Amino acid sequence: MGFLRDQLDKVKPHFHKGGKWEKFYYIYEAHETLLFVPNHTTKTKGAQIKDAIDMKRMMMTVIISMIPCLLFGIYNVGYQHFLALGQEAALLDIILIGAIQVLPVVVVSYAVGLGTEFAIATIRQHPINEGYLVTGMLIPLVMPPDIPLWQVALATIFAVVIAKEAFGGTGMNILNVALTARAFLYFAYPSQISGDVWTYLGDGTAVSGFSGATPLAIGAQSLTTGENVVSSLGSFGAGWADGMFEFSNLFFGFIPGCIGETSTLMCLIGAAILIMTGVGSWKVITGVFAGAYLMGLGMNAIGLNEFMLMPAHYHLVIGGLAFGAVFMASDPVTAAQTETGKWVYGILIGVLTVVIRVFNPAYPEGIMLAILLMNVFAPLIDYSVVNANKKRRLQRATV
Amino acid sequence: MSKFIKLKKGFDINLAGKAEKKIAQVDQPETFAYKPSSFHGILRPKLTVNEGDNVKAGTPILFDKKNDRVKHVAPVSGEIVEIKRGEKRKLLEIVILADKKIEHVEHKKYSVSDINNATREEAVEHLLASGTWVNLVQRPFGVIADPEETPKAIFISAFDSHPLAPDYDLLFKGEEQYFQAGIDVLKKLTPGVIHLNLNSDAEVSQIFSHAKNVQVNKFSGPHPAGNVGVQIHHLDPINKGDVAWTINPFGVIQIGKLFLEGIYDASKVVALAGSEVNNPQYYKTYTGASIKKMVADNIKSDNVRYVSGNVLTGERIDADGHIGYNDNLVSVIPEGNYYEMFGWILPTTKKLSFQRAFGLLSFLNPKKEYVVDTNERGEPRAFVQTGVFEKVTPMDILPTYLLKAILAEDFDEMEALGIYEIIEEDLALCEFVDVSKHDVQSIVREGLDLVQYS
Repeated sequence: MGFLRDQLDKVKPHFHKGGKWEKFYYIYEAHETLLFVPNHTTKTKGAQIKDAIDMKRMMMTVIISMIPCLLFGIYNVGYQHFLALGQEAALLDIILIGAIQVLPVVVVSYAVGLGTEFAIATIRQHPINEGYLVTGMLIPLVMPPDIPLWQVALATIFAVVIAKEAFGGTGMNILNVALTARAFLYFAYPSQISGDVWTYLGDGTAVSGFSGATPLAIGAQSLTTGENVVSSLGSFGAGWADGMFEFSNLFFGFIPGCIGETSTLMCLIGAAILIMTGVGSWKVITGVFAGAYLMGLGMNAIGLNEFMLMPAHYHLVIGGLAFGAVFMASDPVTAAQTETGKWVYGILIGVLTVVIRVFNPAYPEGIMLAILLMNVFAPLIDYSVVNANKKRRLQRATV
Repeated sequence: MSKFIKLKKGFDINLAGKAEKKIAQVDQPETFAYKPSSFHGILRPKLTVNEGDNVKAGTPILFDKKNDRVKHVAPVSGEIVEIKRGEKRKLLEIVILADKKIEHVEHKKYSVSDINNATREEAVEHLLASGTWVNLVQRPFGVIADPEETPKAIFISAFDSHPLAPDYDLLFKGEEQYFQAGIDVLKKLTPGVIHLNLNSDAEVSQIFSHAKNVQVNKFSGPHPAGNVGVQIHHLDPINKGDVAWTINPFGVIQIGKLFLEGIYDASKVVALAGSEVNNPQYYKTYTGASIKKMVADNIKSDNVRYVSGNVLTGERIDADGHIGYNDNLVSVIPEGNYYEMFGWILPTTKKLSFQRAFGLLSFLNPKKEYVVDTNERGEPRAFVQTGVFEKVTPMDILPTYLLKAILAEDFDEMEALGIYEIIEEDLALCEFVDVSKHDVQSIVREGLDLVQYS
C-alpha cells in the first residue's frame, strides 16, 4: 500500500495546474480515488462528519446485484449452444463456450465506454462520474450472444456521447444510457438484433427441428395462427428441447435471449440486493411488475385474440421485463425522482410494456421502448408531483 | 391545545464519547470571545470598544449599523485584549481577558408582578439595551429578530437531538423561576402562542414540565425532531409574509434573570464530548469561553478536530479557540486527513452510514456507538441518488428540488418549494447522507441570502 501511495504522490504534481499533464487531471483523479479514499476533510463550517457511502460504493452495489445475471448468462449462452447443436456437454465446456462469447462483449463495453468517458472528461474538464461502471455492465447483458463486437463498440460510443454527455454527463441524462445503446442497435442494425440471433451456434449446425424463436415471438405469432399461446409455448422445442418454454423454465431462464435477461430468478436476486441496500427504488421495481400484471389481467378480460388471452403471469417471465424492471427502470437519474412519481413511473412502464407487446408485433420487446418512453415522461410526472407540493404550501398561506 | 407529533423520518447519529452527567470543577478560562459569526444578519458591525478598554458583563461592545437598536454586549467583565479580523477586515472575534470576579452592569430589577404590569414597549427596550435581544431568532432566514416586527408565535425547542447533544436537564437545573419569568416577558412580544416543544421519548426536565403560559407540544422520533424548524413546520408553518421567532431555553433563562436580578448573566453549562476526549463531561462557564483549559491533558491524540457545537452544524475551532454564542457543546473528533486504500469497498462494521449499501447489517446493533472522523469519504459528484434526502427530512419539502432551485437562483421556485421554512440545520442531515458530497448547508444559506437581500 505504501509503495502504491508513494508512486501516486510522485506523479500527482504533474497532473496539477501547471504540470505537464494537467489536462488529464480528471483521469488521474478517477484512478487515484478508485485505489484510495482521498484524504479530504470536511469544511470548517457545516457537517463535520460524512456518511461513509460515496458514489463508487453505490454504483458497485448495483454491479454486485448484476453478477448473478452475468454468471447465469455465461452459463446459459453455453447451455443454449449445446442444446441447439443437440450435443451433451460437461459443465466446464458449457461455461467455457459461454465465457468465450460473453466476456469479450463485457471487455469491449468497458474499454470503449470508459475510453469515451475519459476523452470527454478531458475535453470538458469535469470529474469522471462512476455511472459508467454500471452502464458498462448493463450494455453486455442486453446484447444477443452473437453480437459483432464492433457493433457493441459503436452502440456504446453512441450511447455515451449522444444519450449522456450531450446532456451534460452523469446525472443530467434524460434517457437510460444502456437502453439507448440497445435501441441504437435495434434500429440501426435490425438484422443482427432480431430474428434468430438469440442462440449462439458458432460453426455447428443446429439439430433438426431447431428454432431460435423466443417466447415473445411465439406470442406474436399467435396473432396470425390463432393458436393458444400457452399450448404453443408448451409444445415448443419438441424433439430437441422438450418443455423449454414451460412456465418454470421461463422463470429460471434456461431459454434463448439476451445474455443477461433470460432468468427472472436472477433478476429477482438482483432486485433483492438493490432493495435491501436501498440503492434501487422498490417502488419503481414493484410498480413495473404490478403494472404489467394488471395490464395482463386487463388484456385477458378483453380477450380479443390469443395473445391477449395469454395468462398475465407469463408476461412477467418472458422477454426482458424482469431485467428491465430491476436494472433499467430503477436507474435513479432517468426515473421519476419524487416518491409518488416513482409509483406512477413504474406502473406506467409495466402497462406500456404489455400494450406494446400485444398490440405492436413489429416490436415484440416492449420493455425497452416502454422504459425509454417513460424516461422522457419522467420529468413531467415529477413536475406534477412537485406542483402538488407547491400547491399545498400556497393553500396554507393567507396572503 | 397541545399537540403530539410523531416523526418517522430522520436519523440518530450515535457517536462514541457522550458527556458524563457531572459538572467538572476546573479553573475558569482566561479569555472569552464574542463572535459576530455566531449570528446571521449582522450586516455592518460597528465596534463601540477598542483594544485595552475595560468592560463589565453587559457592557455594549458592538452593534449593527443596519439595525442599531440591537446591542451586543460583553459576556464577562475584563479587558478587551484583542479584536481579531479576517480577510477584508471582517470582524471575527472580540476577545476579553476576564476578571477573577465578574462584575455586572446594573439594570432595573423587576418583581414578578412588575413583569406582568410592564408594557410591550418597555420590555422590548429593556431586552434591546441589555443585550439579551440577540437570543431571539427570526424565521424565515434564521437572523436576529427585528424589533419592529411582531411575530405570529414564538417557538422554543426544549431538547436537542443532534449527535452528542448535551442533556438540557443538567444544563438548566434549578433555573425554573428564571425560565418562567422569561416566558412571561416573551408573552408580551407576541399576540400568538408560545410553543414549548418537548421530547416525548425521554424524561422531561422539571424546568419545562412546570412552565405556565405556554402551549406544550410533544415530539417523538429521530433527529431532526429537536430542530425548532421541523417543529414549526408541524405546528404552524411559515408562509410567505409570516414572521415567527425562536429562542432556546438558555435565552429564555437569560431574559428571566435580567428582569428578576437586574443583571446580564452569560453563565452557562457546556458539554465537552466526543470520542477523542478522555473525560467527556460538563463545565460551568460563560458564553464564548476559551476551550484551552478544558481540553488541556484531556485529549487522546494530536490529530483531532475541535468543533464548537455539534458535528452536523458546528464550526471548527482551534485548540485555544472560543465557543460560539449559541453553542453549549464542544465536540472533539478525529481528523480524517489520511488515505485509505479501497476504503470505499472493503467490508467493515466500523463505519457509520445511514444507507444500507454500507452498513447492511447495522440494524442488528442499533445501540452501537461509532467513532467517526472528518474524512469526506468520497469526492464531489453530480446529483444522482434520489429519495435519500427525503428520508432524513421529516417535512413536506422536496430538498433536491429546493437545492437545485437555489443553485439556479430561481427565486420563484425557491419560494414555492418552501425556502422560508428552513435554515441550514434543518437540512444538515442531507449534507451528511449525500452520496455526491454537496455542501448542502452552505447552499441553503446562499439561497436564504438571495431571497432576503435581493
